[in-house]
Amino acid sequence: MTFLSYFISGLSLGSIYAIIALGYTMVYGIAKMLNFAHGDVIMVGSYICFFAVSRWNLPPVVGVLLAMILCTVLGVTIERLAYKPLRSAPSLSVLITAIGISYFLQNAAQLLWTSNPKVFPSVVGDGSVKFFDGRLSISVITIVTIATCVVIMVALTWFTSKTRMGKAMRACSEDKGAAQLMGISVNHTISVTFAIGSALAAIAGVLLSSAYPTLMPTTGSMPGIKAFTSAVFGGIGSIPGAMLGGILLGIIEIFSKGYISTQLSDAIVFAVLIVILLVKPTGLLGKQITEKV
Amino acid sequence: MKKTLSIMLSMLLLLGVLAGCNNAGSSSASAPGGSEGGQPAAPSATAFKIGGTGPLTGGAAIYGIAAQNGAQIAVEEINAMGGIQFELKYEDDEHDAEKAVNAYNKLKDWGVQISLGSVTSTPAVATSAETFADRIFALTPSASAAAVVEGKDNVYQMCFTDPNQGSASTQYIFDKKLGNKIAVIYKNDDVYSKGIYDTFTAKAKELGLEIVSATTFTEDSQTDFSVQLTEAKNNGADLVFLPIYYTPASLIFQQAKAMDYFPKYFGVDGMDGILALEGFDTSLAEDVMLLTPFNADATDDLTVNFVKKYQEAYGEIPNQFAADGYDCVYAIKQALEAAGCTPDMSAADICEKLVATFPTITFNGLTGDDVTWAPTGEVSKSPKGMIIQNGAYVGMD
Repeated sequence: MTFLSYFISGLSLGSIYAIIALGYTMVYGIAKMLNFAHGDVIMVGSYICFFAVSRWNLPPVVGVLLAMILCTVLGVTIERLAYKPLRSAPSLSVLITAIGISYFLQNAAQLLWTSNPKVFPSVVGDGSVKFFDGRLSISVITIVTIATCVVIMVALTWFTSKTRMGKAMRACSEDKGAAQLMGISVNHTISVTFAIGSALAAIAGVLLSSAYPTLMPTTGSMPGIKAFTSAVFGGIGSIPGAMLGGILLGIIEIFSKGYISTQLSDAIVFAVLIVILLVKPTGLLGKQITEKV
Repeated sequence: MKKTLSIMLSMLLLLGVLAGCNNAGSSSASAPGGSEGGQPAAPSATAFKIGGTGPLTGGAAIYGIAAQNGAQIAVEEINAMGGIQFELKYEDDEHDAEKAVNAYNKLKDWGVQISLGSVTSTPAVATSAETFADRIFALTPSASAAAVVEGKDNVYQMCFTDPNQGSASTQYIFDKKLGNKIAVIYKNDDVYSKGIYDTFTAKAKELGLEIVSATTFTEDSQTDFSVQLTEAKNNGADLVFLPIYYTPASLIFQQAKAMDYFPKYFGVDGMDGILALEGFDTSLAEDVMLLTPFNADATDDLTVNFVKKYQEAYGEIPNQFAADGYDCVYAIKQALEAAGCTPDMSAADICEKLVATFPTITFNGLTGDDVTWAPTGEVSKSPKGMIIQNGAYVGMD
């Protein structure tokens, strides 16, 4: 029974990682950049939803939509001001800029909303489904998160493979120059990618804060890094890989806490990551792309 | 297009730099000028320069800002009274030892005469070594690690040391027979939490209390506590001791409730503030016990006055860090008066006088009555046992 309850804990933690990782992997897959500010956009999304629901007493659905809209605006603005001028710069410059944006967002949030933690109102209810006379329970938020993950995963896969915009995205990801020659507006495509990534961040923020309701300006940073790890684990750029990586990472983390040591859990998680990358350098579901010269 | 953008960005940057300067300037300028009595601002030759470092930005900012605000209120009150005048300056250390030393050096350039050390333990260990070498007297509001004062004759603490908190908690649980099987969840990468845990377990062994589960978490994993709680529950713990801050504690209460586990909880001073957490369902913390030196709901004049002023100035209920900051300034004032120091003395002279005076004074403040200090720098005051009932702290004794 302990095993099952750990498994469920791992699943709920992993589903949170997975939903954040989807946004990471989406932006990486298309724009080929690691958007380290993703975790902080998540934090902003949580704050917006918090203010909408707790302070202005709007219904949760409106709060989530508002968070999505404002995060999209924020994501596109960041892309426009910080990343677009660096489109032809070395990827290291873009990476450093992303880290800078991450710090900027954290400190701006602290200035605007203070560093005092706030408790996020659960927007999906805090009930749980119980099995075996209540010895085992799955919270509603876990079920909602996993369902949302699957929906987003399927929708993104469909979007990138079937729609015109999605095809343009894949073209950009393979070869920006060639895509431009084919009449695709690379800048516009990447902006749309960021818009979608940021809207996903808002959803992830709401779910993250509903599951772990303490909201602070640094709320997004550690889950962001863990989600980045999951994305690498599952094969960065691969949408199903992000989900698989997230859930596996959560389960490994909880099992190593439960059965080995609470002190060593993070070390074990990252050791597993290293082993996986040694055996399969592109991650679990990553594709080997050979650079043609 | 590209050029205008880059000019705009550089303007923004410049603005940021200027804004930063402004901030730093105003915090020091407002101290002497902030007196409500309408007296002319005291020139610095007649005011003692006191300074401290604390996390004013970053994840631990809540503690640094609170201590700074508390100290600021005390400085304003004292300056309004006439007599000894203070100038207060806080520098940001982001809860980082290296940055704390830089921040401390900035204070030295400013001409700091008496230091308020650092707010949190990790930076305080670094800055206290500097104040010891520079012979500047330091009284830290809240850095409770034993290493802060160890071997340094001129570094004093306003808060309990961690070992004291740990053994006082064990004694309290033992005396009141609060639990038979105890689980501890502590934060492994925090000297504060680890320090309390170590003495708690040592004392528990001595008294014969049974610790059935001891689990940890770190800064990076302070969201999910299901494993720690499952282990405590499976081992039949009826009391969970939480030597941690209230932010992770609020998650522990919530997650324990979700798994139908309702043990008694016992916290330390870091638990203080949980009721002021915005949006927190206080019924989750019902019957939580804690040892704390400060209670914002106390009805004595000193506390009521402080809480009122703090709320007016900063719009929040002060926590224990704010009270510690406030008490520090008053304790320094009392010692300066007793030692007969004047603002024109050098930092080293003031230091020698205060080192001789501090162990002799008895201080009454927000965080305790009849507070005394040992020559080692450790404070001696009795913690108050509190229990949360109907969303308010109630004294247990």
